[in-house]
Amino acid sequence: MDTLVNLFITAVFVENLALSFFLGMCTFLAISKKIETALGLGIAVIVVQALTVPINNLIYRYLLRDGALDWAGLSSVDLSFLGFVSYIGVIAAMVQILEMFLDRFVPALYNALGIYLPLITVNCAILGGTLFMVERDYTFAESVTYGFGSGFGWALAITAMAGVREKLKYSDVPDGLQGLGITFISAGLMALGFMAFSGIRL
Amino acid sequence: MTDSVRKILFSPVVDNNPIILQVLGICSALAVTTQLSTAITMSIALTLVVACSSSVISLIRHHIPANIRIIVQMTVIASLVIVVDQFLRAFAYEISKELSVFVGLIITNCIVMGRAEAFAMKNPPWPSFLDGLGNGLGFSAILLTVGTIRELFGSGTLLDYTIFPLARDGGWYVPNGLLLLPPSAFFLIGLIIWVVRSWKKAQVEQAEFRIKEMRRPTETT
Repeated sequence: MDTLVNLFITAVFVENLALSFFLGMCTFLAISKKIETALGLGIAVIVVQALTVPINNLIYRYLLRDGALDWAGLSSVDLSFLGFVSYIGVIAAMVQILEMFLDRFVPALYNALGIYLPLITVNCAILGGTLFMVERDYTFAESVTYGFGSGFGWALAITAMAGVREKLKYSDVPDGLQGLGITFISAGLMALGFMAFSGIRL
Repeated sequence: MTDSVRKILFSPVVDNNPIILQVLGICSALAVTTQLSTAITMSIALTLVVACSSSVISLIRHHIPANIRIIVQMTVIASLVIVVDQFLRAFAYEISKELSVFVGLIITNCIVMGRAEAFAMKNPPWPSFLDGLGNGLGFSAILLTVGTIRELFGSGTLLDYTIFPLARDGGWYVPNGLLLLPPSAFFLIGLIIWVVRSWKKAQVEQAEFRIKEMRRPTETT
Protein backbone atom coordinates (compact mmCIF):
# COMPACT_ATOMS: atom_id res chain seq x y z
CA MET A 1 0.00 0.00 0.00
CA ASP A 2 2.84 2.35 0.93
CA THR A 3 4.41 1.99 -2.48
CA LEU A 4 1.09 2.80 -4.16
CA VAL A 5 0.58 5.98 -2.10
CA ASN A 6 4.16 6.92 -2.84
CA LEU A 7 3.62 6.29 -6.56
CA PHE A 8 0.50 8.47 -6.50
CA ILE A 9 2.30 11.38 -4.81
CA THR A 10 5.23 11.04 -7.20
CA ALA A 11 2.93 10.99 -10.23
CA VAL A 12 0.99 14.05 -9.10
CA PHE A 13 3.77 16.34 -7.87
CA VAL A 14 7.32 15.16 -8.51
CA GLU A 15 6.83 13.71 -11.99
CA ASN A 16 4.01 15.98 -13.04
CA LEU A 17 3.31 15.09 -16.69
CA ALA A 18 2.71 18.68 -17.75
CA LEU A 19 5.40 20.54 -15.84
CA SER A 20 8.31 18.15 -15.64
CA PHE A 21 7.83 16.04 -18.77
CA PHE A 22 6.05 18.69 -20.89
CA LEU A 23 3.39 16.29 -22.08
CA GLY A 24 0.13 17.61 -23.45
CA MET A 25 1.70 21.04 -23.82
CA CYS A 26 -0.23 22.02 -26.94
CA THR A 27 -3.59 21.68 -25.20
CA PHE A 28 -2.04 22.95 -21.96
CA LEU A 29 -1.18 26.26 -23.60
CA ALA A 30 -4.20 26.50 -25.90
CA ILE A 31 -7.07 25.66 -23.50
CA SER A 32 -5.83 27.42 -20.35
CA LYS A 33 -7.42 30.83 -20.80
CA LYS A 34 -10.40 30.25 -18.47
CA ILE A 35 -10.59 28.25 -15.24
CA GLU A 36 -13.92 26.54 -16.07
CA THR A 37 -12.80 25.18 -19.44
CA ALA A 38 -9.42 24.16 -17.99
CA LEU A 39 -11.18 22.28 -15.18
CA GLY A 40 -13.51 20.53 -17.65
CA LEU A 41 -10.61 19.40 -19.80
CA GLY A 42 -8.69 18.37 -16.68
CA ILE A 43 -11.50 16.11 -15.48
CA ALA A 44 -11.82 14.57 -18.94
CA VAL A 45 -8.09 13.83 -18.92
CA ILE A 46 -8.30 12.20 -15.45
CA VAL A 47 -11.14 9.91 -16.61
CA VAL A 48 -9.50 8.90 -19.89
CA GLN A 49 -6.07 8.47 -18.32
CA ALA A 50 -7.41 6.32 -15.44
CA LEU A 51 -9.11 4.06 -18.01
CA THR A 52 -6.53 3.78 -20.78
CA VAL A 53 -3.38 3.19 -18.72
CA PRO A 54 -4.74 0.04 -16.98
CA ILE A 55 -6.28 -1.26 -20.23
CA ASN A 56 -3.03 -0.76 -22.10
CA ASN A 57 -1.26 -2.42 -19.17
CA LEU A 58 -3.41 -5.55 -19.68
CA ILE A 59 -2.80 -5.48 -23.44
CA TYR A 60 0.94 -5.15 -22.87
CA ARG A 61 1.06 -7.94 -20.25
CA TYR A 62 -1.14 -10.50 -22.01
CA LEU A 63 -0.67 -9.79 -25.72
CA LEU A 64 2.39 -7.78 -26.67
CA ARG A 65 5.26 -8.44 -24.25
CA ASP A 66 8.02 -10.90 -25.11
CA GLY A 67 6.58 -14.29 -24.16
CA ALA A 68 3.23 -12.77 -23.21
CA LEU A 69 1.31 -15.11 -25.49
CA ASP A 70 2.37 -18.05 -23.32
CA TRP A 71 -1.25 -18.69 -22.38
CA ALA A 72 -2.08 -19.31 -26.04
CA GLY A 73 0.83 -21.70 -26.49
CA LEU A 74 2.90 -19.19 -28.50
CA SER A 75 5.71 -18.56 -26.02
CA SER A 76 8.31 -17.50 -28.60
CA VAL A 77 6.25 -14.67 -30.11
CA ASP A 78 7.33 -11.07 -29.32
CA LEU A 79 4.81 -8.52 -30.57
CA SER A 80 6.20 -5.55 -28.65
CA PHE A 81 6.96 -3.70 -31.89
CA LEU A 82 3.19 -3.40 -32.45
CA GLY A 83 2.94 -1.38 -29.24
CA PHE A 84 2.47 2.13 -30.64
CA VAL A 85 -0.33 1.18 -33.06
CA SER A 86 -2.20 -0.81 -30.39
CA TYR A 87 -1.93 1.82 -27.67
CA ILE A 88 -3.07 4.68 -29.87
CA GLY A 89 -5.88 2.44 -31.20
CA VAL A 90 -7.01 1.70 -27.64
CA ILE A 91 -6.89 5.39 -26.74
CA ALA A 92 -8.87 6.46 -29.81
CA ALA A 93 -11.43 3.69 -29.23
CA MET A 94 -11.76 4.44 -25.51
CA VAL A 95 -12.35 8.12 -26.16
CA GLN A 96 -14.99 7.27 -28.77
CA ILE A 97 -16.74 4.77 -26.44
CA LEU A 98 -16.63 7.19 -23.52
CA GLU A 99 -18.14 9.89 -25.71
CA MET A 100 -21.02 7.64 -26.83
CA PHE A 101 -21.55 6.33 -23.28
CA LEU A 102 -21.75 9.81 -21.80
CA ASP A 103 -24.03 11.00 -24.59
CA ARG A 104 -26.45 8.11 -23.92
CA PHE A 105 -26.40 7.86 -20.10
CA VAL A 106 -25.02 11.07 -18.57
CA PRO A 107 -26.07 13.88 -20.93
CA ALA A 108 -25.22 16.60 -18.39
CA LEU A 109 -21.61 15.48 -18.17
CA TYR A 110 -21.52 15.00 -21.95
CA ASN A 111 -22.56 18.59 -22.49
CA ALA A 112 -19.85 19.76 -20.13
CA LEU A 113 -17.02 17.55 -21.42
CA GLY A 114 -18.21 16.75 -24.95
CA ILE A 115 -16.13 19.27 -26.84
CA TYR A 116 -12.90 18.30 -25.07
CA LEU A 117 -13.11 14.57 -25.59
CA PRO A 118 -11.98 14.49 -29.25
CA LEU A 119 -9.02 16.69 -28.31
CA ILE A 120 -7.84 14.08 -25.84
CA THR A 121 -6.99 11.47 -28.50
CA VAL A 122 -4.13 13.64 -29.67
CA ASN A 123 -3.09 14.76 -26.19
CA CYS A 124 0.46 13.51 -25.66
CA ALA A 125 -0.13 13.18 -21.91
CA ILE A 126 -2.43 10.20 -22.49
CA LEU A 127 -0.06 8.30 -24.80
CA GLY A 128 2.87 9.44 -22.66
CA GLY A 129 1.31 7.94 -19.53
CA THR A 130 0.91 4.61 -21.31
CA LEU A 131 4.47 4.65 -22.65
CA PHE A 132 5.92 5.45 -19.20
CA MET A 133 3.83 2.60 -17.76
CA VAL A 134 5.34 0.21 -20.34
CA GLU A 135 8.86 1.52 -19.87
CA ARG A 136 8.73 1.20 -16.07
CA ASP A 137 6.98 -2.18 -16.24
CA TYR A 138 4.20 -1.39 -13.73
CA THR A 139 1.94 -4.11 -12.33
CA PHE A 140 -1.82 -3.78 -12.83
CA ALA A 141 -2.44 -2.16 -9.42
CA GLU A 142 0.44 0.26 -9.99
CA SER A 143 -0.88 1.13 -13.44
CA VAL A 144 -4.31 2.04 -12.01
CA THR A 145 -2.65 4.30 -9.44
CA TYR A 146 -0.27 5.80 -11.96
CA GLY A 147 -3.04 6.43 -14.50
CA PHE A 148 -5.22 8.24 -11.98
CA GLY A 149 -2.32 10.09 -10.36
CA SER A 150 -0.76 11.35 -13.57
CA GLY A 151 -4.15 12.47 -14.89
CA PHE A 152 -4.81 14.26 -11.61
CA GLY A 153 -1.43 15.98 -11.74
CA TRP A 154 -2.07 17.20 -15.28
CA ALA A 155 -5.51 18.52 -14.31
CA LEU A 156 -3.99 20.30 -11.30
CA ALA A 157 -1.33 21.92 -13.48
CA ILE A 158 -3.72 23.16 -16.18
CA THR A 159 -6.18 24.55 -13.61
CA ALA A 160 -3.40 26.41 -11.79
CA MET A 161 -2.12 27.71 -15.12
CA ALA A 162 -5.59 28.97 -16.06
CA GLY A 163 -5.80 30.77 -12.72
CA VAL A 164 -2.49 32.50 -13.39
CA ARG A 165 -3.52 33.46 -16.91
CA GLU A 166 -6.86 34.91 -15.81
CA LYS A 167 -4.97 37.39 -13.66
CA LEU A 168 -2.21 37.86 -16.19
CA LYS A 169 -4.44 39.35 -18.88
CA TYR A 170 -4.74 42.58 -16.92
CA SER A 171 -0.99 43.09 -16.69
CA ASP A 172 1.10 45.27 -18.93
CA VAL A 173 3.27 42.90 -20.98
CA PRO A 174 5.84 44.01 -23.62
CA ASP A 175 4.38 43.78 -27.14
CA GLY A 176 6.57 40.94 -28.38
CA LEU A 177 5.79 38.77 -25.36
CA GLN A 178 2.04 39.38 -25.51
CA GLY A 179 -0.02 36.16 -25.50
CA LEU A 180 2.09 33.10 -26.18
CA GLY A 181 5.46 34.45 -25.02
CA ILE A 182 4.40 35.42 -21.52
CA THR A 183 2.44 32.17 -21.21
CA PHE A 184 5.64 30.21 -21.83
CA ILE A 185 7.52 32.21 -19.24
CA SER A 186 4.81 31.83 -16.60
CA ALA A 187 4.66 28.07 -17.32
CA GLY A 188 8.42 28.03 -16.74
CA LEU A 189 8.01 29.75 -13.38
CA MET A 190 5.31 27.23 -12.42
CA ALA A 191 7.63 24.39 -13.40
CA LEU A 192 10.28 25.91 -11.13
CA GLY A 193 7.71 25.93 -8.33
CA PHE A 194 6.86 22.27 -8.91
CA MET A 195 10.55 21.40 -8.70
CA ALA A 196 10.32 22.18 -5.01
CA PHE A 197 8.44 18.89 -4.65
CA SER A 198 11.31 16.83 -6.02
CA GLY A 199 12.74 14.36 -3.57
CA ILE A 200 9.52 13.95 -1.56
CA ARG A 201 9.07 10.36 -0.41
CA LEU A 202 6.43 9.00 1.92
CA MET B 1 13.80 25.87 -57.42
CA THR B 2 10.64 27.69 -58.42
CA ASP B 3 9.03 30.39 -56.31
CA SER B 4 6.08 28.30 -55.15
CA VAL B 5 8.34 25.46 -54.02
CA ARG B 6 10.52 27.89 -52.10
CA LYS B 7 7.45 29.48 -50.51
CA ILE B 8 5.96 26.15 -49.33
CA LEU B 9 9.33 24.93 -48.10
CA PHE B 10 10.64 27.98 -46.26
CA SER B 11 7.62 29.93 -45.04
CA PRO B 12 7.18 27.54 -42.05
CA VAL B 13 10.74 28.21 -40.92
CA VAL B 14 10.26 31.85 -39.85
CA ASP B 15 7.00 33.35 -41.09
CA ASN B 16 4.70 30.56 -39.97
CA ASN B 17 6.82 28.53 -37.58
CA PRO B 18 4.97 25.48 -36.17
CA ILE B 19 6.28 25.94 -32.63
CA ILE B 20 6.30 29.66 -31.99
CA LEU B 21 3.31 30.71 -34.08
CA GLN B 22 1.03 27.71 -34.60
CA VAL B 23 1.74 26.41 -31.04
CA LEU B 24 2.16 22.82 -32.28
CA GLY B 25 4.59 20.12 -31.21
CA ILE B 26 5.84 21.80 -28.07
CA CYS B 27 6.00 18.70 -25.88
CA SER B 28 9.01 17.15 -27.54
CA ALA B 29 10.60 20.52 -28.27
CA LEU B 30 11.05 21.11 -24.56
CA ALA B 31 11.91 17.67 -23.29
CA VAL B 32 14.69 16.50 -25.60
CA THR B 33 16.78 19.67 -25.77
CA THR B 34 19.16 19.26 -22.82
CA GLN B 35 21.74 17.92 -25.27
CA LEU B 36 22.35 18.85 -28.88
CA SER B 37 22.71 15.21 -30.01
CA THR B 38 19.21 14.20 -28.86
CA ALA B 39 17.79 17.39 -30.35
CA ILE B 40 19.37 16.56 -33.73
CA THR B 41 18.06 12.98 -33.65
CA MET B 42 14.59 14.18 -32.72
CA SER B 43 14.62 16.80 -35.52
CA ILE B 44 15.64 14.27 -38.16
CA ALA B 45 13.10 11.72 -36.93
CA LEU B 46 10.25 14.21 -36.85
CA THR B 47 11.10 15.76 -40.23
CA LEU B 48 11.16 12.30 -41.86
CA VAL B 49 7.88 11.25 -40.24
CA VAL B 50 6.01 14.44 -41.07
CA ALA B 51 7.24 14.54 -44.69
CA CYS B 52 6.44 10.85 -45.31
CA SER B 53 3.09 10.88 -43.51
CA SER B 54 1.99 13.99 -45.39
CA SER B 55 2.79 12.44 -48.76
CA VAL B 56 1.19 9.07 -47.90
CA ILE B 57 -1.98 10.68 -46.54
CA SER B 58 -2.12 12.98 -49.55
CA LEU B 59 -1.83 9.95 -51.88
CA ILE B 60 -4.83 8.22 -50.30
CA ARG B 61 -6.81 11.37 -49.50
CA HIS B 62 -9.62 10.62 -51.98
CA HIS B 63 -10.18 7.15 -50.48
CA ILE B 64 -10.37 8.13 -46.79
CA PRO B 65 -13.98 8.33 -45.53
CA ALA B 66 -14.40 11.67 -43.76
CA ASN B 67 -15.73 10.35 -40.46
CA ILE B 68 -12.91 7.91 -39.73
CA ARG B 69 -10.10 10.05 -41.12
CA ILE B 70 -8.46 10.67 -37.72
CA ILE B 71 -8.03 6.93 -37.11
CA VAL B 72 -6.67 6.40 -40.64
CA GLN B 73 -4.18 9.26 -40.19
CA MET B 74 -3.18 7.89 -36.78
CA THR B 75 -2.51 4.44 -38.24
CA VAL B 76 -0.33 5.82 -41.03
CA ILE B 77 1.61 8.00 -38.60
CA ALA B 78 1.98 5.25 -35.97
CA SER B 79 3.34 2.82 -38.59
CA LEU B 80 5.95 5.37 -39.71
CA VAL B 81 6.94 6.03 -36.10
CA ILE B 82 7.36 2.28 -35.48
CA VAL B 83 9.80 2.19 -38.42
CA VAL B 84 11.77 5.14 -36.98
CA ASP B 85 11.77 3.63 -33.48
CA GLN B 86 12.96 0.20 -34.61
CA PHE B 87 15.64 1.85 -36.77
CA LEU B 88 16.93 3.91 -33.83
CA ARG B 89 16.97 0.87 -31.54
CA ALA B 90 18.98 -1.07 -34.10
CA PHE B 91 21.54 1.59 -35.08
CA ALA B 92 21.63 4.22 -32.31
CA TYR B 93 20.67 2.36 -29.15
CA GLU B 94 22.22 4.87 -26.71
CA ILE B 95 20.33 7.84 -28.18
CA SER B 96 17.13 5.84 -28.38
CA LYS B 97 17.49 5.10 -24.64
CA GLU B 98 17.93 8.80 -23.89
CA LEU B 99 14.93 9.82 -25.97
CA SER B 100 12.93 7.11 -24.12
CA VAL B 101 9.21 7.67 -24.67
CA PHE B 102 9.62 10.75 -26.81
CA VAL B 103 10.16 8.80 -30.03
CA GLY B 104 6.78 7.16 -29.50
CA LEU B 105 5.25 10.51 -28.74
CA ILE B 106 5.95 11.68 -32.31
CA ILE B 107 2.61 9.92 -33.01
CA THR B 108 0.72 12.49 -30.98
CA ASN B 109 2.99 15.37 -31.95
CA CYS B 110 0.47 17.93 -33.09
CA ILE B 111 2.65 19.03 -36.03
CA VAL B 112 2.21 15.68 -37.78
CA MET B 113 -1.56 15.53 -37.24
CA GLY B 114 -1.93 19.25 -37.88
CA ARG B 115 -0.19 19.18 -41.26
CA ALA B 116 -2.03 16.01 -42.30
CA GLU B 117 -5.36 17.61 -41.45
CA ALA B 118 -4.69 21.15 -42.66
CA PHE B 119 -2.59 20.58 -45.77
CA ALA B 120 -2.22 16.97 -46.93
CA MET B 121 -5.96 16.25 -47.02
CA LYS B 122 -6.45 19.02 -49.61
CA ASN B 123 -3.28 19.01 -51.72
CA PRO B 124 -1.45 16.65 -54.13
CA PRO B 125 1.48 14.53 -52.85
CA TRP B 126 4.44 16.68 -54.00
CA PRO B 127 3.37 19.96 -52.33
CA SER B 128 2.32 17.96 -49.26
CA PHE B 129 5.77 16.41 -49.08
CA LEU B 130 7.36 19.88 -49.32
CA ASP B 131 4.98 21.29 -46.72
CA GLY B 132 5.82 18.43 -44.34
CA LEU B 133 9.53 18.94 -44.96
CA GLY B 134 9.22 22.69 -44.40
CA ASN B 135 7.37 22.29 -41.11
CA GLY B 136 9.90 19.70 -40.03
CA LEU B 137 12.64 22.25 -40.77
CA GLY B 138 10.83 24.96 -38.82
CA PHE B 139 10.54 22.59 -35.86
CA SER B 140 14.22 21.63 -36.20
CA ALA B 141 15.32 25.28 -36.28
CA ILE B 142 13.80 25.95 -32.85
CA LEU B 143 14.94 22.60 -31.44
CA LEU B 144 18.54 23.10 -32.55
CA THR B 145 18.67 26.68 -31.23
CA VAL B 146 17.35 25.65 -27.81
CA GLY B 147 19.53 22.53 -27.76
CA THR B 148 22.68 24.50 -28.60
CA ILE B 149 22.07 27.13 -25.92
CA ARG B 150 21.19 24.57 -23.24
CA GLU B 151 24.14 22.27 -23.88
CA LEU B 152 26.71 25.04 -24.43
CA PHE B 153 25.85 27.13 -21.38
CA GLY B 154 24.51 24.31 -19.23
CA SER B 155 27.46 21.95 -19.46
CA GLY B 156 30.06 23.81 -21.54
CA THR B 157 30.09 21.24 -24.34
CA LEU B 158 28.67 20.85 -27.83
CA LEU B 159 27.99 17.30 -29.07
CA ASP B 160 30.19 16.18 -26.13
CA TYR B 161 33.22 18.20 -27.31
CA THR B 162 34.39 20.65 -24.64
CA ILE B 163 33.95 24.26 -25.80
CA PHE B 164 34.16 26.05 -22.46
CA PRO B 165 36.55 24.25 -20.06
CA LEU B 166 34.62 23.81 -16.80
CA ALA B 167 35.83 25.36 -13.55
CA ARG B 168 35.69 22.04 -11.71
CA ASP B 169 38.11 20.53 -14.27
CA GLY B 170 40.56 23.43 -13.97
CA GLY B 171 39.03 25.65 -16.67
CA TRP B 172 37.30 29.02 -16.29
CA TYR B 173 33.63 28.39 -17.05
CA VAL B 174 31.14 27.90 -14.21
CA PRO B 175 28.16 26.12 -15.84
CA ASN B 176 24.65 27.43 -15.36
CA GLY B 177 22.85 24.46 -13.83
CA LEU B 178 19.40 25.96 -14.41
CA LEU B 179 19.76 25.37 -18.15
CA LEU B 180 19.84 21.62 -17.60
CA LEU B 181 16.56 21.69 -15.69
CA PRO B 182 13.15 21.50 -17.41
CA PRO B 183 11.93 25.08 -16.67
CA SER B 184 14.76 26.70 -18.65
CA ALA B 185 13.30 25.35 -21.89
CA PHE B 186 10.12 27.34 -21.25
CA PHE B 187 12.11 30.52 -20.63
CA LEU B 188 14.26 30.01 -23.75
CA ILE B 189 11.29 29.44 -26.04
CA GLY B 190 9.52 32.44 -24.49
CA LEU B 191 12.57 34.58 -25.22
CA ILE B 192 12.88 33.20 -28.78
CA ILE B 193 9.25 34.19 -29.33
CA TRP B 194 10.09 37.68 -28.08
CA VAL B 195 13.07 37.99 -30.43
CA VAL B 196 11.16 36.75 -33.48
CA ARG B 197 8.16 38.96 -32.77
CA SER B 198 10.28 42.06 -32.31
CA TRP B 199 11.67 41.34 -35.76
CA LYS B 200 8.38 40.33 -37.45
CA LYS B 201 5.89 42.82 -36.02
CA ALA B 202 2.96 41.18 -37.82
CA GLN B 203 3.08 38.19 -35.45
CA VAL B 204 2.46 40.28 -32.31
CA GLU B 205 -0.80 39.33 -30.57
CA GLN B 206 -3.21 42.01 -29.47
CA ALA B 207 -3.66 42.42 -25.72
CA GLU B 208 -7.13 41.63 -24.39
CA PHE B 209 -7.05 44.60 -22.08
CA ARG B 210 -5.20 47.88 -22.34
CA ILE B 211 -4.42 50.07 -19.39
CA LYS B 212 -5.85 53.49 -20.09
CA GLU B 213 -3.39 56.29 -20.12
CA MET B 214 -3.45 58.34 -16.95
CA ARG B 215 -4.81 61.80 -17.40
CA ARG B 216 -4.18 64.46 -14.87
CA PRO B 217 -7.52 65.67 -13.61
CA THR B 218 -8.14 69.16 -14.93
CA GLU B 219 -8.41 71.73 -12.28
CA THR B 220 -11.83 73.15 -11.83
CA THR B 221 -12.08 76.75 -11.05
